[in-house]
Amino acid sequence: MSEAVSTAAKGRARGAGRPGPIRLLLNNTLAASGLVLLVLIIAAALLAPLLPLPDPDATAPADRLLRPLTEGHLLGTDALGRDILSRLVWGTRVSLAVGISATLIAAFFGSLIGLVAGYAGGRVDAFLMRGIDMVMAFPYILLALAIVAALGPGLLNALYAIAVVNIPFFARNIRGITIGLSRREFVDAARLSGKSNAGILFGEILPNVLPVIIITMSTTIGWMILETAGLSFLGLGAQPPQADLGSMLGEGRKILFTAPHVSIIPGLMIFALVMSINLLGDGVRDVLDPRLKSGALTRPVARTAVERRTVPETRTHGDSVLEVADLNTEFHIGGDVYRAVGGIDLHLKQGECLGIVGESGSGKSVTAMSLMGLVPTPPGRITGGAAWLDGEDLFAVSDERIRALRGADVSHVFQDPLSTLHPLFTIGDQLTEAIMAHRPIRRSEADARAEELLRLVRITNPAERLKVYPHELSGGMRQRVCIAMALANDAKIIIADEPTTALDVTVQAQILSLMDTLRRESNAAILFITHDFGVVSAVCDRVAVMYAGRIVETGTTEEVLNAPAHPYTRKLIDCVPVLGEPGRRLDAIEGRPPVVNDLPPGCAFAARCPRVKPDCRRGHIALSSLGDTQAVRCLYPLTGETADD
Amino acid sequence: MAAYIAKRLLAAIPVLFGLSIIVFLIMAMIPGDPATAILGSYATPENVARINADLGLDKPLPQQYLIWLGNLLQGDLGRSYALNRPVLDEVLERFSATLILAGTALVLCSILGLLAGVVSAVRQYGLADKVITVLVLIGISIPSFWLGLLLILAFAVKIRLFPASGMYAIYGGGDLPDLLHHLFLPALTLAVVATGVIARLTRTAMLEVLRQDYIRTARAKGLSERRVIYRHAFKAALVSVIPVIGIQAGFVLGGAVYIETVFQWPGIGSMLVNAISTRDLLLVQGGVLVVAAAYVLFNLAADVVQTLLDPRLR
Ligand code: SF4
Repeated sequence: MSEAVSTAAKGRARGAGRPGPIRLLLNNTLAASGLVLLVLIIAAALLAPLLPLPDPDATAPADRLLRPLTEGHLLGTDALGRDILSRLVWGTRVSLAVGISATLIAAFFGSLIGLVAGYAGGRVDAFLMRGIDMVMAFPYILLALAIVAALGPGLLNALYAIAVVNIPFFARNIRGITIGLSRREFVDAARLSGKSNAGILFGEILPNVLPVIIITMSTTIGWMILETAGLSFLGLGAQPPQADLGSMLGEGRKILFTAPHVSIIPGLMIFALVMSINLLGDGVRDVLDPRLKSGALTRPVARTAVERRTVPETRTHGDSVLEVADLNTEFHIGGDVYRAVGGIDLHLKQGECLGIVGESGSGKSVTAMSLMGLVPTPPGRITGGAAWLDGEDLFAVSDERIRALRGADVSHVFQDPLSTLHPLFTIGDQLTEAIMAHRPIRRSEADARAEELLRLVRITNPAERLKVYPHELSGGMRQRVCIAMALANDAKIIIADEPTTALDVTVQAQILSLMDTLRRESNAAILFITHDFGVVSAVCDRVAVMYAGRIVETGTTEEVLNAPAHPYTRKLIDCVPVLGEPGRRLDAIEGRPPVVNDLPPGCAFAARCPRVKPDCRRGHIALSSLGDTQAVRCLYPLTGETADD
Repeated sequence: MAAYIAKRLLAAIPVLFGLSIIVFLIMAMIPGDPATAILGSYATPENVARINADLGLDKPLPQQYLIWLGNLLQGDLGRSYALNRPVLDEVLERFSATLILAGTALVLCSILGLLAGVVSAVRQYGLADKVITVLVLIGISIPSFWLGLLLILAFAVKIRLFPASGMYAIYGGGDLPDLLHHLFLPALTLAVVATGVIARLTRTAMLEVLRQDYIRTARAKGLSERRVIYRHAFKAALVSVIPVIGIQAGFVLGGAVYIETVFQWPGIGSMLVNAISTRDLLLVQGGVLVVAAAYVLFNLAADVVQTLLDPRLR
């Protein structure tokens, strides 16, 4: 299913009408309000000399400690009778100037160190970064304090101190980017053309690093304003008569109980300033972070959303355990709808193995994951059809019922056993958990059962293996564990989603034969998802070929392998590596599968089909029977004689 | 595991050396005659002669460092002339008060931050998530020293629920309830910023983890959603949040400087601020060194916990 989402995301990038970055930023209410607030504050600070404000340093002992909203003093006066509003505007000016200067200094030296370290590499890099690590080993503010202690209190010294402690952030970020850039071709080209190192560093690399420097600046400037204000608050920054917001707050603190407004107002200003910068910074980062753009960081819920527009009549194929009719699953990403599965019918008998074959993006995994509601929502949702497990509609039952069926009646084996097993729990923990989720038994009994399961999947030393973590096993072993887990509760159906794709060839064969044996022993039905007809021929009784969310051909494995009727099936079979003929793989089919948000009318395969005729692109093409079991969705199916095109 | 801890401890030694060099160099930046600077108003000719003899301040820098380091390794951080007592005694006494404050704050911010982050991730885009997101933004933007003043005004002046300053009541008190009563406001204030940072990263970590294949496996096994989130997802998220908590220890220790000043907590932060104003430089040097060393050990502890949680790191 991840494949479908990623194809979908790629498709979206091409889509027209996406809002530009500025629009995105303004759409974000928080970021937009941050921007407005920041612009107001900066404007007030810049225009301070032009504003009709009293002299911020003019003392008036008679008017001391006036409350806010007093006539002539909107925000009141401080202990010396100075106008707080005027001092606030001028103080903001100082705080902003100090914060920005500190950021520029830190950015300059930090970026320089990062550029040199990243470009030079080797000893220079090790030496510089060791130094940076040392500076970072200090609690942030403490180092600034030590520097101020040595240089003596004062606004300029506080500025230097804050700048110095922020250098490491820049150095580290910039070094990382520089290392990547200095390995790129354009740098080699510049070197060959005889440019000096300095020329390359500042002429070629710096322009590419600049955006990162600016982003780092935007994330640290709020901090720097806050910390310089803090030093001034402690009396170590701005010294009277000079005043920034921090020192105003520090002075006001002495009369906190009698005249709280004197300290609260400048504090509120620091807060507003830093908050507006952080709001804006977050907004900018969200816009620039591509992961957030596609909504990929959205948390999938426990079960796929079901919003069926159509619910088919109950139907049965005699003795089938699973019956799927007209399944539709869609992904809603941005404003686009991707019809990953567009009307699938399937049936599965007890003990039978049905293969679903197709390229990535064909919807085969989404079909399988839809059954037990394991397609991530958002963005996925089931929009039509039904799946009956022994007559019970899986899309209509309660969440609790689905939970009870998962891992019990229907179990899963996934593709990559390293990422599908939890890295922080032992094999034993994960197996017993699977057992105990469905049976009220004691841990010791579950342990015994887990051991038995490992023995069943031919793992030697099972008692020992229960205590190990997934990363301590080989890929094949891990997949055996996953199979054991699928067998834990005598499932009626095992859904195996490319269970051998991540394994190497010999292990693949072992796992396939193991699954085949276990299926015959346990009489469980298997829904086997794969892109590989070689695998199909090894284990499947019947096969359904999927393309662009639909079944294009189905039949017994023998029929389809011997006489593929759909041109696409034929191509897939041709992709199976033949011994002594390496290089024939799936990507050998020229062209890419269509994006499923905008399917052409008629046959979805038309663009890649060697037999395409004009009427292929017109109207719906139905699945037509070729015999008792075989059916194909093609106007000009291959027959025995023409199969060699 | 013991071997791992020993290895980490050994690896911390060069870092501690580096710290000592930086602290020493910062103090060597002081303009003018170092003996006079250190002694300040106590710079009588006898004192200058004595301190020069003790610390070798008239010798070249590398030699000075070795003398200083030698003293340091013997637990001698010099003498505070203003307080007329050994620096180490004063620093350790003050540091224990800071440890109580910062330790409490660290526990508070870890619990609150993890909780808020998990709730926020589980209720993504819901009301709780929106409220927490805004609170987190406020938390990381608010000047802690200002927040402290607001809390004093609200809870010590308006509603007399908590004391405004100090660590124990002047009359009576001195027991644990009294300490907790005094501890509440400053510890809470100190925890705010770190809570915001931890909550934010926990949310991201949880969202990241909840998309992993092993979470799908957990669901496919038929586990309850509670178990999926609080056992499978949370444990994995915790592994990436623990180092962040280690780093936050540094911000909490540093932030204690402000909070101790605001609440007149007799810790090392308020000591440092006083020592800087009175130019008691040996006291500053000793204080900075001890807090920095404690921070290194905090991070080491975070590393060890992370390794305990994640078998892949062993
Ligand atoms: S319907 Fe036409 S285009 Fe489609 S597969 Fe058959 S021949 Fe090719």
